[in-house]
Amino acid sequence: MAKVKMISRIISQDLLAPDIYSLWLSADEIAAQAKPGQFISVYCNDSGRILPRPISICEIDRERGALRIVYRIAGKGTAEFAGMEPGETLEILGPLGNGFPMEEIRGKRVFLMGGGIGIPPMVQTAREAEADVTVIAGYRNSDIFLKEELAANGRLVIATEDGSVGTKGNVLDAVRENSLQADVIFACGPTPMLRAIKAYALEHQMICYLSMEERMACGIGACLACVCKSKEVDHHSNVKNKRICKDGPVFLSTEVEL
Amino acid sequence: MNMKVNIAGVELKNPVMTASGTFGSGAEYSEFVDLNRLGAVVTKGVADVPWEGNPTPRIAEISSGMMNAIGLQNPGVEVFCKRDLPELAKYDTKVIVNVCGHSPKEYLTVVERLAEEPADMLEINISCPNVNANFLAFGQDPKHVEELTGQIKKIAKQPVIMKLTPNVTDIGEIARAAEAGGADAVSLINTLTGMKIDVNRRTFALANKTGGVSGPCVKPVAVRMVYQAAQAVKIPVIGMGGIQNAEDALEFILAGATAVSVGTANFMNPYTTVEVIEGIAEYMKKNKVEDIRELIGAVR
Repeated sequence: MAKVKMISRIISQDLLAPDIYSLWLSADEIAAQAKPGQFISVYCNDSGRILPRPISICEIDRERGALRIVYRIAGKGTAEFAGMEPGETLEILGPLGNGFPMEEIRGKRVFLMGGGIGIPPMVQTAREAEADVTVIAGYRNSDIFLKEELAANGRLVIATEDGSVGTKGNVLDAVRENSLQADVIFACGPTPMLRAIKAYALEHQMICYLSMEERMACGIGACLACVCKSKEVDHHSNVKNKRICKDGPVFLSTEVEL
Repeated sequence: MNMKVNIAGVELKNPVMTASGTFGSGAEYSEFVDLNRLGAVVTKGVADVPWEGNPTPRIAEISSGMMNAIGLQNPGVEVFCKRDLPELAKYDTKVIVNVCGHSPKEYLTVVERLAEEPADMLEINISCPNVNANFLAFGQDPKHVEELTGQIKKIAKQPVIMKLTPNVTDIGEIARAAEAGGADAVSLINTLTGMKIDVNRRTFALANKTGGVSGPCVKPVAVRMVYQAAQAVKIPVIGMGGIQNAEDALEFILAGATAVSVGTANFMNPYTTVEVIEGIAEYMKKNKVEDIRELIGAVR
C-alpha cells in the first residue's frame, strides 16, 4: 500500500448547490486503499497553477474503483475542475493523510459534524461507521447538498445559519435544540466551528477528533507549509507543530491548539 | 556515457540534487522515487536548536510559481543527527546538510556538531528571506559573506557550499566573496523576496507578509544569475530555480552549473528528480554527448 499519483478519468460531474460540485473519478488504485477522512491532491491542467488542491474524499466505491469528491469553487483552480466534463482527465495523488479512527467509535454513539465544505467526508465516514451515527450538518442556507447520502447511514440533523432548514444556527445549536447525545465526535469544518466543538467536547467530557485544513504545497509532509499548533512537542517536528497533511488531517482535539 | 560530476572531491553519480526545504530529509519522497538514483539529497535546513518557524498561512500560489515563508522550521541538529541523518545515510547517494542560523555562532555550532556525522557536504544557508531582516543582510553583504565563509571553513570537516541569495545587486561580487572566504562551491538561487495581497480579505496572503518566490516563474532570473556567478568564480556553481524538467536543468548546466537542484517542482510532481535525470541521459544520447562535463558552461 502506498500513495499513488495517477491520471484519473472523470466519470461524472454535477452541480449540487451554488459553487458546490461533485466529481466521480476513476481511481482504482487509490479507491482500493482509501479510508474515510482521507484526502487527495488534485492537480490543475493549467500549468501556471503549480500546486495541487487538497480535497477530501466524500465517497469511496471500491468495487467500481472510483472516488467521489465534493468541493467548493474557492479560486481559479477549483473553477477549472468545475468546468470539466466526463471523459476528461485529472491528475491526482492519494490517498493522503490519516482518516478518522473508525475503531474509536465501534459500538458507540457518534456525532459526525460537518460544516459547509467540511460536510462531504462525513458521507463515507457514516457509511463505514459501526456505530450509532448522528450526522449533524451545518449549512449557510437552504442550499442543502448531500442530504440523501448523509441520511442513508444514520440520523441526519440539519442546521442552517439563516434558519431556513432545521435548527437556526450552527451544529452545536442543533445538538442543544434536539437534546442529542453521543460518546465521540468526529468533526470537519471551518476553524471557528472546530474551536467551538473542541470546547463543547471538553465541557461534556467527550472524545473528539477534528479534521483540520490549511494551505498545502506538497501534501505529503515534506514542505512544512500546512502546520497546526500542537499542545505538546511533536515527535516529528520536535517543536509544537504538527503537519496537517501527514500527521492529520484528523487530530484528537486535545492534542491541537486552535 | 558519463553523468558523474565532481564537487570539491565529492563525486556525484549524476548532477541532479534536491533543493533544501523541498524534500524534507528524503523520507517522504522515498515513497515515490528511489533515492539511490539521485546525485545528492540536500536536506531541509537545520539549526543548533529546534525552530518553530512562522505562523500560517506559510504558502501562497502565484502564476507559475509559489511563495513560501516557512521560517526554517526544523527539529534542531541533535534530533536531526540521531534520527534523520542515519536514515538518509543508508542510501547510495550523497548527503548534503543545509545549515541555518541567526548568527555566526549558531552556524558554527551546527557545523561543529556535524563534523563526525555521515554528511558528504555542508550547504550554508545565508540567504533565507523569511527569518529576519538583519540576518538576510548577511548574505547580501560581501564582507559578511567572506568572513562567515572563512569562519566556517576553519572548523568544517566537510566541503562547504555557500547558498546565495538572488536579492542582491551584483551576484558576481557575492560569489567572489564566498570564494575568497574559502568556499568549495556556491549554490544559487535561493528564493526571491516577494509579496502577495489577498484583495478579497484585504490582507497579506502570507502571515509573514513577505515570502520567497520560487517555481517556474523564477527560472530566467536564476539562469542569468548562475551564468554570472559561474563567470565570476572558479569554484563549482550549483544551479537551481524553477527546474521542472531536463531541459530546464540543461539550461543551468550550459550556463555554467556543475550540478542542479530540483525544488518547487517536487511539489508539482514528486517524481521530478528522477524524470530530470532520465531526461538528461536521453538528451546526451540523442546529441551524442559522451561526458556531461562537456556541457557545463558550454554556452558563453
